[in-house]
Amino acid sequence: MSDTVHGHGGEDGETRRDFLVLASAALGAAGAGLAIWPLIDSMNPAKDVLALSTIEVDLTPIAVGQRITVKWRGKPVFVDHRSPEQIAKAAADDNASLKDPQTDKDRVKKPEWLVLVGVCTHLGCVPLGQKVGQPRGDFGGWFCPCHGSHYDTSGRIRVGPAPVNLEVPTYSFLNDTTLRIG
Amino acid sequence: MSASSQQQGPVVRWIDQRLPIFSFLQHELHEYPTPKNLNYWWNFGSLAGIVLVIMIATGIFLAMNYTPHVDHAFDSVERIMRDVNYGWLIRYVHMNGASMFFLVVYIHIFRGLYYGSYKPPRELLWWLGLIILLLMMATAFMGYVLPWGQMSFWGATVITNLFSAIPWVGEPIVTWLWGGFAVDNPTLQRFFSLHYLLPFVIVAVVMLHLVALHTAKSNNPLGIDPKSDKDTIPFHPYYTIKDSFGLGVLLIVYMALVFYAPNALGEAENYVPANPLQTPEEIVPEWYLLPFYAILRSVPDKLGGVVLMFASIFILFVLPWLDTSKVRSARFRPIYRQVFWIFVLACIVLGWAGAQKPEGAALMIGRLATAYYFFHLLILMPILGKFEKTRPLPESISQPVLKN
Amino acid sequence: MTIFKFTAAAAVTALLAFTAAASEAPVPPAQSWSFSGPFGTYDRAALQRGFQVYKEVCAGCHSLRHVYYRDLAALGYNEDEIKAIAASVEVQDGPNDQGEMFTRPGRPYDRFKSPFPNDNAARAANNGALPPDLSVITKARPHGHDYLYALMTGYKEPPADMKMTEGMQYNTAYAGNQIAMVPPLSEGSIEYKDGTKATVPQMARDVTVFLAWTAEPEMEERKRLGYKVLLFLLVLTGVLYAAMRRVWSKVH
Repeated sequence: MSDTVHGHGGEDGETRRDFLVLASAALGAAGAGLAIWPLIDSMNPAKDVLALSTIEVDLTPIAVGQRITVKWRGKPVFVDHRSPEQIAKAAADDNASLKDPQTDKDRVKKPEWLVLVGVCTHLGCVPLGQKVGQPRGDFGGWFCPCHGSHYDTSGRIRVGPAPVNLEVPTYSFLNDTTLRIG
Repeated sequence: MSASSQQQGPVVRWIDQRLPIFSFLQHELHEYPTPKNLNYWWNFGSLAGIVLVIMIATGIFLAMNYTPHVDHAFDSVERIMRDVNYGWLIRYVHMNGASMFFLVVYIHIFRGLYYGSYKPPRELLWWLGLIILLLMMATAFMGYVLPWGQMSFWGATVITNLFSAIPWVGEPIVTWLWGGFAVDNPTLQRFFSLHYLLPFVIVAVVMLHLVALHTAKSNNPLGIDPKSDKDTIPFHPYYTIKDSFGLGVLLIVYMALVFYAPNALGEAENYVPANPLQTPEEIVPEWYLLPFYAILRSVPDKLGGVVLMFASIFILFVLPWLDTSKVRSARFRPIYRQVFWIFVLACIVLGWAGAQKPEGAALMIGRLATAYYFFHLLILMPILGKFEKTRPLPESISQPVLKN
Repeated sequence: MTIFKFTAAAAVTALLAFTAAASEAPVPPAQSWSFSGPFGTYDRAALQRGFQVYKEVCAGCHSLRHVYYRDLAALGYNEDEIKAIAASVEVQDGPNDQGEMFTRPGRPYDRFKSPFPNDNAARAANNGALPPDLSVITKARPHGHDYLYALMTGYKEPPADMKMTEGMQYNTAYAGNQIAMVPPLSEGSIEYKDGTKATVPQMARDVTVFLAWTAEPEMEERKRLGYKVLLFLLVLTGVLYAAMRRVWSKVH
């Protein structure tokens, strides 16, 4: 293609810099940007998903020493009714060498109830130790079989590749026997 | 190599020497010499392209929340309308987008008919456009089935049953289409799969349509070929800005529908979940298929109706040869100019007839319009070209302007 | 120019033709609704009264499957009120750890409880007629709002020459005038919490407003966003028009 100008409509360099053209380009770009937002936002959690983002757990059937798993936001949550020995062990380990130092007191609201998101902080596997007979690792807490992370009775990482302690979700006690997670 | 890509930075030049995307865009979108006398009717091609993009974009996000299963389809659409963020907006844009797409494409086709854009050397361009229309119809039909309302179900039943009119193999073909003995879950699942696939096939054919366009070059309201550089202007900025303005007008109409009358073009019956045991009192296709529905019903014979309906589209493929006139634009064809509008009217009457119960006056009017549709294409077009006294064509595109 | 006139005429004809797609039911007389028009909104008091009518009258037979108790926040109820409303019904849940289904009080994230466990049970309890789900009923009938009001207020004595089928009711708004639903509303059959007099037309209006909301809960947001979008597009199109004139002024 030669650089001859077609017809009489030359100087398109000048035209393009025209204020009106710039204004319409800017407005159009802003409009397109805004129009994309509904599409992006449709991928965020929908109302029915958000409605399920808090759950209530009845604590009465959980005996001392028993651990149960509930599903919250698509993930397992461990509710551990700890025995006095387990509480003592967790408190004693506050001074051990910890990868992610945290005292047991900071990780619970009531010492007998330990609530954890049951997802290994390494790569997202669910650690073992919830059921009777499963390995609980070298520290009596949980053991992740994927890459060998050991958690103690406070859910703190002690040995293995996981970088931080098991996450404690937002929760509160509605009364003595009802736990609300989320 | 084009002059302006030499002016670009080293990165652009490096890429362009290996993959000439920049000089391609420069050549096809920027410099593309376009007749300078295109009127607003020439906006509708690019508008159709933009509506296609809107349909694909909204469709992709709808598919993220839609469940193609007879037990969940209706509910998942309601969930999109109620719980998904902006789900109602995305669905209404998609739903009304189908109507907008057909509206724009029909105007585009009638523009081609008026200005003779199907004549040599643009026959393949015209064919590709007709293929796009056929693909659009298939896509729209299958999309309408997805919400699994009463019209979805019975529309699917009636349309797939058209194939049972084929002698000998009709029944097995219908069973094969359904994947069962009635429209059911297998049908819904394959329709969803195809409804997702076909738009991308349309995109591919649109690309070919554009290649053919840029090879044969754009027609124009005078129907004569550009003679010199004086007759053309570069596509950018002249037609980019004109198309943008056209898009603004289209979006105003489109969004007014989406926000203030989102269900005006739909059937209330489709908000009733599909019930295979009860047919609605009246089955009416979406407005853009009504003319073809009228042709189908104008023949009292099952096979005859189906054949005539398909013929009404396939006949358009041979239009470049049915039209014997050497003059492209209706501006210089005093008689064609009149009968063209009668043809448009016949198509609209067909649309009206398609929405009525097939009995009494409506059926007769539908039959007359069907007859005229074929009379126009099969008889009038060849004869007119032979006997019509056309007006003299101007010297060039820029000449009538220079006279003033 | 003639092209434009022609097309305009054609478009109008086409629109008239397409909207005239006939339906058997008589066209109900148009009512005025607070939610019609481009700036229309739902009347919160009417919504709450309509919800009461639904709960105390319609809910005996008609489900509202697509509505959740949490949605009632749009009617102006607060979180505790919604919890209480949800808890007033027993919903089935499960299976529990023993593999058994159990019932528990409803929670805000539950769907409105359906009166029947499935369609067949609903038919069996209603002489074979299935009471339709009401979630999107105003969208699922032509002239939905006016139709619903006309239906609720349309029960009359049948004309002397009309032969009624056993168990059917005469209704002026219904296609064919014979409907299986017994007249649901009667003067004073409920007591409005806000003291409004519960006449049949009043209850019919209120429940229509409520069902308009269940069908189109997004309506207010839609119309609010709509005029912003249209205003923006008008400005953009205006600027584009001016820019187009400027660019094209160089072409002769």
